[in-house]
Amino acid sequence: MKHVQSLNKSNLKESAAKGGCGECQASCQSACKTSCTVANQKCEHEDK
Amino acid sequence: MIHKYSLNGFNIVLDVHSGGVSVVDDAAYRLLDYITPPMAEKCPREILDKLSGEFSESQLNEAYDELYSMYTDGILFSEDDYAQFADRMVSSPVKAMCLLVAQDCQLRCKYCFASTGDYGGHRAMMSLETAKKAIDFLIEKSGKRRNLNLDFFGGEPLMNWEVVKQTVAYAREQEKLHDKHFLFTVTTNGVQLTDDKIEYMNKEMHNVVLSLDGRKSVNDYFRVRADGSGSYDSIVPKFQKFVKARGTKEYYVRGTFTNKNLDFANDVLHYYDDLGFDQISMEPVVTDPSVEYALREEHIPAVSAEYERLAKKIIEYRKAGKFFNYFHFMIDLDQGPCAIKRLRGCGCGNEYVAVSADGDVYPCHQFVGKDEWKMGSVYDPAGFDTKMKEYFARANVYSKEGCKDCWAKFYCSGGCNANNLEYAGDVLKPFKLSCEFEKKRLECAIMIKAALAAQGLDDGSSESCGDCGEDECESTATVRC
Repeated sequence: MKHVQSLNKSNLKESAAKGGCGECQASCQSACKTSCTVANQKCEHEDK
Repeated sequence: MIHKYSLNGFNIVLDVHSGGVSVVDDAAYRLLDYITPPMAEKCPREILDKLSGEFSESQLNEAYDELYSMYTDGILFSEDDYAQFADRMVSSPVKAMCLLVAQDCQLRCKYCFASTGDYGGHRAMMSLETAKKAIDFLIEKSGKRRNLNLDFFGGEPLMNWEVVKQTVAYAREQEKLHDKHFLFTVTTNGVQLTDDKIEYMNKEMHNVVLSLDGRKSVNDYFRVRADGSGSYDSIVPKFQKFVKARGTKEYYVRGTFTNKNLDFANDVLHYYDDLGFDQISMEPVVTDPSVEYALREEHIPAVSAEYERLAKKIIEYRKAGKFFNYFHFMIDLDQGPCAIKRLRGCGCGNEYVAVSADGDVYPCHQFVGKDEWKMGSVYDPAGFDTKMKEYFARANVYSKEGCKDCWAKFYCSGGCNANNLEYAGDVLKPFKLSCEFEKKRLECAIMIKAALAAQGLDDGSSESCGDCGEDECESTATVRC
């Protein structure tokens, strides 16, 4: 496309349907102990 | 709902409910000022007329058609149909635990939320018996979850090193018996870091967080010993030695910035340029706004400008072939967490708990010492407060005040529950200052992606993690695994 460039392919809605396995890291276990950023966690779903 | 913004020459559009992110030209960007869903197949005449002085009609029609195509693909103005999932947010197995093995510390950091280690109570060391009970508690409450995270925290956990080691050994025994997989993390100030501890951590710890506040002048103002002297000179060489030995395994150098260093990008760059650290976290201080060094609303413009400056620096570095990872700009637009995780948020009090040195269970480390939030004891697993657990399970972006209509809801997931309680008065009421910082970080993180994509550069996140032992690791996660 000429006027629009997409930066990603995935659709969050699809992940809602098959997500929620809960195997991912808890947010505060990485490098934040006083704030909350969830979207930088990694998905650990075995069948994603 | 969309969020659009211009930053560093990029017009960025985030479609909130699909997670679609696009860079658009000026014609498409201006069109979005007037388009509201549902979109008509062709650009309405009144919009063409409004923008006729800025763009030709053919430019506008062409741009509109592309936006319409995104709309029909479900990545522009996509519907919010997540409430159905939010309603299903029920109590989950516990999968992560923060173990306060030492409620004591050698340092007297002025901003410490743990009151320099004692969490407002008495200084104490966790016994091995309590630590083992905590492992048993976690395994029992984890249900079918296999990956269990255990964070050795304090105070300063290295002050109780033998208990750390013996707890790891015990957990390793137990994981075999219960088909679990423990991932250990330790957060340390480095004061007692020695060669043997470095070796052990590199063998056993999945992640290590090294506390340091950037430049010497900044670090030594806050991170002081009991006698008031600064800690930088003695700690930095130990951290450098540790990182050198760490290889590709996960670590972070983590600092705190306050209103005393609103030029905190210089601290981040100091870690990389001067000290050789490439995995960096630097967070805004969390404290009462009345405290002298606190970040307050009046600091939002300066902090935002500094985040932007840092983002531009990161792009500049990447163009020059230099890479460091800044935790708060990490974002994986394709393979990040699922929507369910994003709805749930940090999981505090539900999937994640903290255990004090005495064995008391709290929703997270920041709740420790607040008696009204005690959830039980590892010595009495049956007495675990499931009512409170249920309350936290339901603390999601659709139950928190104002989050439902916020464009950043799937990235911060309702913010830090402890901060919300402490500074906004309610777990379910987002602390606005944190919201503003988070939104700015997200805007910067996405802009970095756009800028690197424009240069044909990746963001350096697809490197091998080293954990699997394969040279050609297939992991493309932003976080090293």
